[in-house]
Amino acid sequence: MVIKIWRSFTKRIFSLFFKKRKDISVGFYGPPNGGKTTLANRICKDWTGEEIGKVSKIPHETRHIQFKEEVEIKYKEKSLKFKLIDTPGIATKIDYEDFMKMKMKKKEAQKRAKEATQGIVESIKWLDDMDLVVVILDASKNPYSQVNITIVGNLVARKIPVLVVANKIDLKKADIKKIEAAFPEYDVVGISAKKGKNMNDFYESILKLAKKV
Amino acid sequence: MSKKKIKGLTLQFLPYSEIAKLNSIERIKKLLRIILDHKVVVLQGKLKPEEETRLIEDTMIMIGNIKGFKGVELEVISPDTSDAGFFYKMKFGLAKALTGQQNALTIIGPATIVKEMKKNPKKLEVMMR
Repeated sequence: MVIKIWRSFTKRIFSLFFKKRKDISVGFYGPPNGGKTTLANRICKDWTGEEIGKVSKIPHETRHIQFKEEVEIKYKEKSLKFKLIDTPGIATKIDYEDFMKMKMKKKEAQKRAKEATQGIVESIKWLDDMDLVVVILDASKNPYSQVNITIVGNLVARKIPVLVVANKIDLKKADIKKIEAAFPEYDVVGISAKKGKNMNDFYESILKLAKKV
Repeated sequence: MSKKKIKGLTLQFLPYSEIAKLNSIERIKKLLRIILDHKVVVLQGKLKPEEETRLIEDTMIMIGNIKGFKGVELEVISPDTSDAGFFYKMKFGLAKALTGQQNALTIIGPATIVKEMKKNPKKLEVMMR
């Protein structure tokens, strides 16, 4: 009996010190068309050589969770290895007729709408599995939308560290100050994932935030 | 001003006391029942973040199962206390802890009636279809 207890105790101590730490999971969340997949593609192409998914101007292009394992970013002699999880954009309404306005046929639009609703449910379910979340917002749009606040509120409730990205700063209408004013308690990084602008600031911020995980 | 035909609209006020004793699932059921009745809910107070995501999840499931249902428009307005003094913030925080955040208003409408809601910190615009 004493031997058994001793064995289990030493096993625990050994695993505590020598167990290989699993890669952290970094989730990309936000409303549709904020540029989540564009940013995920930029990072994956920079550090693994291949993209993660397709991008489109039509909302809800990403309708399933997409992963990239073992993405390792390096910046100023620091590095972070993580699992990148690109999620479908979260919305409160989906109307297939909106897709038809973008020259999509009715059947195709209905299929896209159905998949988009399932994608949103999937995104929400995955929140619990994240170690760190990057919330990607379009800097040219109003940041005060309740969907953005709901996402950030859920991350706070789950005690998951958050980095807010103000994407599309290359656009004329982009206003990073508006996003900073909407989320004063969080680090906001302005980037253009499409043009690769300010990516070093993004890498620096994510490395800094990963220390909290 | 040109004459425009205005269709009828029902706003249903829901005092916080009506949902205070309900659990999260019952709260969401109650709200969705009103929305499915083609009414816009004006809720005194706000839902918890996890209740909001649950509402979005249930809404998404309903889109696929209820004919003509396209989802909801949802916004919350609450007083901005960022510039308020220390004592006001303390009083506000204490009231929030005791009674829940009842000084906020949550507006939820079916997307078939409410086209869009635009919010800035001090103003809420509701665009109808």
